Amino acid sequence: MDFTTVILVLDSALRLATPLLFACLAGLFSERSGIFDIGLEGKMLASAFFSASVAAFTGSVWLGLLAGMGASIFLALIHGVASITFRGNQLISGVAINFLASGVTVIVGQSWFSLGGRTPQLEGAARFQEITLPFAEALRGVPVIGPIYADLISGHSILVYAGFAAVALSWWVLYRTRFGLRLRAVGENPEAVDTAGISVIGLRYTATIICGALCGLAGTYLATGLAAGFVREMSAGRGFIALAALIFAKWRPGYALLACLLFGLLEAMGNRFQNIDVLGINVPTQFMQALPYILTVVILAGFVGRAIPPRAGGEPYVKER
Amino acid sequence: MGRLPKWADVALIPLINLALALIVSGLVVLYIGENPIEAVAIMVNGAIGSTYGWGYTLYYATNFIFTGLAVAVAFHARLFNIGGEGQAGLGGLGVALVCLFIPWPHWTLALPAAILAGALFGAALAAVPAWLQAKRGSHIVITTIMFNFIASALLVYLLVNVLKKPGQMSPETARFPEGARLPSAHDMASWVGLDFSKSAPLNITFFIAILACVAVWFLIWRTRLGYQIRAFGHSEPAAVYAGINPVKITMVTMLISGALAGLMGINSVMGEAERLVIDSVQGAGFVGIAVALMGRSHPAGVFLAALLFGMLYQGGGELEFEKPAVSREMILVIQGLVILFTGALDNMVRMPLEGLFLRLRGGAR
Repeated sequence: MDFTTVILVLDSALRLATPLLFACLAGLFSERSGIFDIGLEGKMLASAFFSASVAAFTGSVWLGLLAGMGASIFLALIHGVASITFRGNQLISGVAINFLASGVTVIVGQSWFSLGGRTPQLEGAARFQEITLPFAEALRGVPVIGPIYADLISGHSILVYAGFAAVALSWWVLYRTRFGLRLRAVGENPEAVDTAGISVIGLRYTATIICGALCGLAGTYLATGLAAGFVREMSAGRGFIALAALIFAKWRPGYALLACLLFGLLEAMGNRFQNIDVLGINVPTQFMQALPYILTVVILAGFVGRAIPPRAGGEPYVKER
Repeated sequence: MGRLPKWADVALIPLINLALALIVSGLVVLYIGENPIEAVAIMVNGAIGSTYGWGYTLYYATNFIFTGLAVAVAFHARLFNIGGEGQAGLGGLGVALVCLFIPWPHWTLALPAAILAGALFGAALAAVPAWLQAKRGSHIVITTIMFNFIASALLVYLLVNVLKKPGQMSPETARFPEGARLPSAHDMASWVGLDFSKSAPLNITFFIAILACVAVWFLIWRTRLGYQIRAFGHSEPAAVYAGINPVKITMVTMLISGALAGLMGINSVMGEAERLVIDSVQGAGFVGIAVALMGRSHPAGVFLAALLFGMLYQGGGELEFEKPAVSREMILVIQGLVILFTGALDNMVRMPLEGLFLRLRGGAR
């Protein structure tokens, strides 16, 4: 593998890691507040569809972004009503949202565009364009650093950079603000938070809405940044990979970045090379596709650094039990 | 507990939930500019209006009975087995291996072997998440989701690289030999002199599914193991106090659950396709969740719910054929709404009903 190929694969890994990253952070906020969310996949898919549709109608990707986030937040609120207000089973609610999203996106898409569930190809201002960072072209000639800066770091859409900013912001919110402290507390011991006079329900709904907004960014990037339009089932299990990354990262923002980059890199390598030789053994691409899940199971098994979820996760809060 | 009469709990609430799901689905149909009443008529007619329709409806129902029972058994131990999709896929692999590599003289010999192989392979995939839950406390929902993806990657790998029939492009195995062909509904009807659609995939597995319902009912309510499973599901500390081994119950319940999901392979792989193809499960593992929730985890309920979803799947296909604007994905919407209303939003109906019945009883006194 030469240097240019390495840069190309890493560049592709960054793009593929971005939707994972947004979805992973979305799950992080939700699960840290004690709401399990296996509906990340459905929220991503819904926002991918609605962002692409609105971008196709209006020609503005920013309006698309708004619509995508709106759709995702709407589904997140259904999840919130089911799991917070009506104390339903959070896992079942997540499953339901995934089905709803995969059905509604195709049916409404067919009704709006009659393209077999797809949206029209997005062009120009209807997509997030690549941004060339300052001096990228001037520095390209510099050995090693030049290509890294010009091809790897520069030339992504704004959402890729926003993804990295979201990691820092999430860390700051969770560990350096009063809201973050309360959010983490409500996922560990909601009774204590309630006793302190802070609304458990309010905090959890806030976390759910943040989760919806971030999933909206993930789906919007899928349909308007990574691809140029929506196709059915385009989230293709990324919501579950993000869930795996979240466990892999042990519910921490910094590790979430590393996990998503790792899983993005695996996907990029799987796309680029059909077969990979490791020490003379041929590794099939299906193994590369399954690797994120296998790694997560290993981490979950606790053989390599145990992953312990937030203590109150999945439990509806009942005042004065 | 006991604030509701039993008939309200087992019949009224599921029916209200189902009605809510259908009303919202009807609104979706209305939104895309079709008449929901007409759509229902087409679906019902397509599903049960002919022996062809029945043949498909009951074929789908057979799949859903197996996956629904799988989820239901796990629910009794308060385990959420979301891995039916992978377990059924691997069960199909087991069935295919048995049918392909052993020259069976007659289906009566092939069928028991296929049942064993399907159950074994399905249980094998459930074993790892079960062990991780029992011994390491890893959440079974997450591990079974991960195993769905691992199983699917494994099946694609095997079909593309190992089991594919040489000299053909599509990744599927050779057709099973004649000795492994199960009698279809057409064959069975002709034994008793009746006429049944020849092209419908319904086969003898339907009766095995009914037997599985009876067996699960017997297991859960008439055996010591079933009692232990239910006790464990109601309260783990109480079960442990009563001398029930949580590791054993978790393992055994999940193995049974995985085996039931694996049995689906007999119907879809051996009965219908007569070869192993990519994605032979086609989402039936997930339908099992909706079926178990609607059926209140009782085999009789699972049977009825599976029948309903069989009608939805067959009727949905006909609907798409008659009205192309309403695509097959409408089924996914209905399925999602059924899961949402019966599973997650159950309390939305239950809480006001409980209040209502409390007041009614107060008035009667």
